[in-house]
Amino acid sequence: MDKKQEKQKDAGKILIEELNQDEKESATHKRSFWNVITIPLLAILSGIIIGAILIAATSTSVYAAFGQSFGKGITTAFSEIGSAYASLFTGSIGDPVRIFSALFSGDKEQIYKAINPFLESLVQATPYIFAGLAVALAFRAGLFNIGVEGQLFIGAACATFVGYAVKGLPVYIHMPLAFIAGGLGGALWGFIPGFLKATTGGHEVINTIMMNYIAFRLTEWLLSGPMTRPGSGGMPISPLIEESAQIPQFFPSPIRFHLGFFFALGFAWLIWWLLFKTKWGLNMRTVGTNPRAAKYAGLSVAKTTMIGMAISGGLAGLAGAIQILAVNRSMALGLSSGYGFDSIALALIGNNHPVGVVLASILFGTLRNGATRMMVVSRIPIDIVDVLQAIILMLVAAPAIIRTIYRLKEPKEEETTVFVSGWGGGQ
Amino acid sequence: MTPILQLKGITKRFPGVLANDHIDLDLRKGEILALLGENGAGKTTLMNILYGLYQPDEGEILIEGEKVTIDSPTDAIKTGIGMVHQHFMLIPVFTVTENVMLGEETIKYGDFLDRKKAAKRIMDISEKYNLQVAPNDYIRDLPVGVQQRVEIIKLLYRDAEILIFDEPTAVLTPQEADELFSIMRSLSDQGNSIIFITHKLREVLDISDRIMVIRRGAVVGETTPDQADKNSLAAMMVGRDVNLEVEKTDKEPGDLVFSVKNLIVADKFQNIVVDNASLDVHAGEIVGIAGVQGNGQTELVEAITGLRKSAEGKITLLSQDITKASPRQITELGSAHVPEDRQADGLVLPFPVAENLVLCTYYKEPFSKGVILQYKTILDHAEKLIEDFDIRTPSAMTPVSSLSGGNQQKVIIARELSRPIDFLVASQPTRGLDVGSIEYIHKRIVQKRDEGCAVLLVSPELDEIMELSDRIVVMYRGQIIADLPNKEITKEQVGLMMAGVLPEEALAEGDQHAVEPAL
Repeated sequence: MDKKQEKQKDAGKILIEELNQDEKESATHKRSFWNVITIPLLAILSGIIIGAILIAATSTSVYAAFGQSFGKGITTAFSEIGSAYASLFTGSIGDPVRIFSALFSGDKEQIYKAINPFLESLVQATPYIFAGLAVALAFRAGLFNIGVEGQLFIGAACATFVGYAVKGLPVYIHMPLAFIAGGLGGALWGFIPGFLKATTGGHEVINTIMMNYIAFRLTEWLLSGPMTRPGSGGMPISPLIEESAQIPQFFPSPIRFHLGFFFALGFAWLIWWLLFKTKWGLNMRTVGTNPRAAKYAGLSVAKTTMIGMAISGGLAGLAGAIQILAVNRSMALGLSSGYGFDSIALALIGNNHPVGVVLASILFGTLRNGATRMMVVSRIPIDIVDVLQAIILMLVAAPAIIRTIYRLKEPKEEETTVFVSGWGGGQ
Repeated sequence: MTPILQLKGITKRFPGVLANDHIDLDLRKGEILALLGENGAGKTTLMNILYGLYQPDEGEILIEGEKVTIDSPTDAIKTGIGMVHQHFMLIPVFTVTENVMLGEETIKYGDFLDRKKAAKRIMDISEKYNLQVAPNDYIRDLPVGVQQRVEIIKLLYRDAEILIFDEPTAVLTPQEADELFSIMRSLSDQGNSIIFITHKLREVLDISDRIMVIRRGAVVGETTPDQADKNSLAAMMVGRDVNLEVEKTDKEPGDLVFSVKNLIVADKFQNIVVDNASLDVHAGEIVGIAGVQGNGQTELVEAITGLRKSAEGKITLLSQDITKASPRQITELGSAHVPEDRQADGLVLPFPVAENLVLCTYYKEPFSKGVILQYKTILDHAEKLIEDFDIRTPSAMTPVSSLSGGNQQKVIIARELSRPIDFLVASQPTRGLDVGSIEYIHKRIVQKRDEGCAVLLVSPELDEIMELSDRIVVMYRGQIIADLPNKEITKEQVGLMMAGVLPEEALAEGDQHAVEPAL
């Protein structure tokens, strides 16, 4: 095991050396680009290595093999790790052999089936993108939105309601209407803690967490009461949404890849444009980075706080809406597998940049999707992916660890991320 | 006689910078050596090497002729070297004795602190050098000047004989600074040796026995106060002739631009911090508010610029009532504000220079059209100001955080002065800057005044107030206790009033002494 780790470390070091060499010759902007992505990349690499150790350490067959002989133990460990990661790969990207043979056979259905794992990863990534953008935008405005999960539930409930209760509209009106309803629901849920912060100074971290609980219980009541499906016998599930409200899927079932993924990319672009190309964005980033300077420059910190939280909540609501309208087609309580909480991590890995969020979301979607297959094929518990994610996050959040492991130099200028200012900054 | 401390060929490189270039330095026993240099000249690096925080790449350190290696501040103190930092390292809720003992506890009966014994020693030291420190006072109750003396006692308590003072007067009132100088004198009289780091020329001439000037990491000259004057020192420091006297022609003030009537401002604890203040500023006039920091100037400026609500009174700008106006409304009327704390208020540090240069105007044409920012215009504007105001930056897109303090301040000055303005509030515009930058910023402010702008200058630096102001207002404990033309008042008189001496007494006092010219 150790040997493998050594080897991997060397690979890491080589990578670093290459990066550093590149640094000397390249222009400033290129250097800063590397600075930004080095840590997340190395964190992912380290996460995979540590995950490998855990896979071997938790496997009974590895222990049994070690009982026989040391050499056998090592081989078994490697084969276990290999099979686990191989199934993670085929489950999330697809089996290359199968893809090739399908392509050669020319059978449409075969091709669909072969590339489905990859498409399914994108399906998984879609709500992550919306939720991650929600957190990233709030961070840029100096706000910690921990309430994405709750906003997502409220958004989903609103989208569901408009989806089944409104009838007789054409697709091009009904579908956007339901989608927007989800956004507005989330925006309202985000606006409330923003308003409280702006007017009373109540900290948004506490208030968004509390709003989560309210949202969970509220949707529970809605689904088992006013919005329950007739004949469900009190099960907390909503009616199916009208066909006219559905976001279309591109391929026949079971492939779930849908138009919503492109909505997500569109919104990522929109948020990027908003943050970096408009005066509203500059306004928000100024308040988020230095509220005192913002006040000095004549900006209203209170107004920006409220708007920022509302937009952030709206994006979270869209995450819920997209899941309902494109994938689930009705709302049940098991709607989110923690998208709202994972999104905080996504924003962190993505450096609060829309492009970073999209990449991190695809990574998370891939891991989540592959984990299912890993469990089925290699009997590796799905939880190992949780552990993997947790390790990656810890390493990203504490760059000092990565710098120590890989002997990276501290960047010359302290990179002031919004994370630092958020906790005490915005008043 | 061997010097007590010798540095030979000390060289220290940082990536891309030669911070110290073969520096030789001798410190004789009982002398006060001033180390003079601009910010970034390498003084602090050199002292950090001496204090064990950095290791030199080349060169050696000798104490009384013997070579030593200093690996840490603990080593430094063991070899008799102590440093009084610019920012004190004291614990406010501890007493003087406890602070002094910290790390070097005097112990009795095993593990119990022997406060009495320590306090006795502190008293002895205090008396010996006339420090007037009471061992049982709590630090939080002591004025800054006394806290600094506690720092000195901490070093003497540990038997330091070589004392390094890093910009010690930055936090002191003129009177406190004078007291510090007499303490330094008595320390050196009794055999201690002192290295005094500063970029203030007057202090160097007042107190030191010998002066070493450092520029760009190398020693560029050595002199004594007898052979040097302010101008020659400044020239050595900057590497060119510096005009310290601000060229300023007499000018009749024009129309009333700005006025404050009976203003009362309270802080968040509802203490009155600005107490019934009234003042006028006319076009083409610089009014300087003198006062030790913390006497209500900060709050007065915040009230004027709309950042803080005033409780009572009236503020008028260009005959409009701005008492309740927002910062943006006040800015749009034609006022500019150079804030006291440039990094906290004046700049968004991670943002590029270009964005900081439009911080107050980005929302308007031509910098945005509709909601879309016009980055090309913003960049062109930045390029122009970088050129006009000589801002040293690698590019307009460089984060302002990576600029030096002087250039950061130039970004603010450029942003505020390049707009068409009738009124300028400049709060400590040269705080912490080096001679070259000070000269430049002073010139720009006077230029604005000559163009007919009304200027309100706030500064705890008496020299700055005396040099720039046409009229001087003294603030003490929230009140304006004097408002006089510069010509009718001397520096000593203003200094006394800043310390709370009543104007009548101060003016009488000033007259009795032979008064040195204002500069």
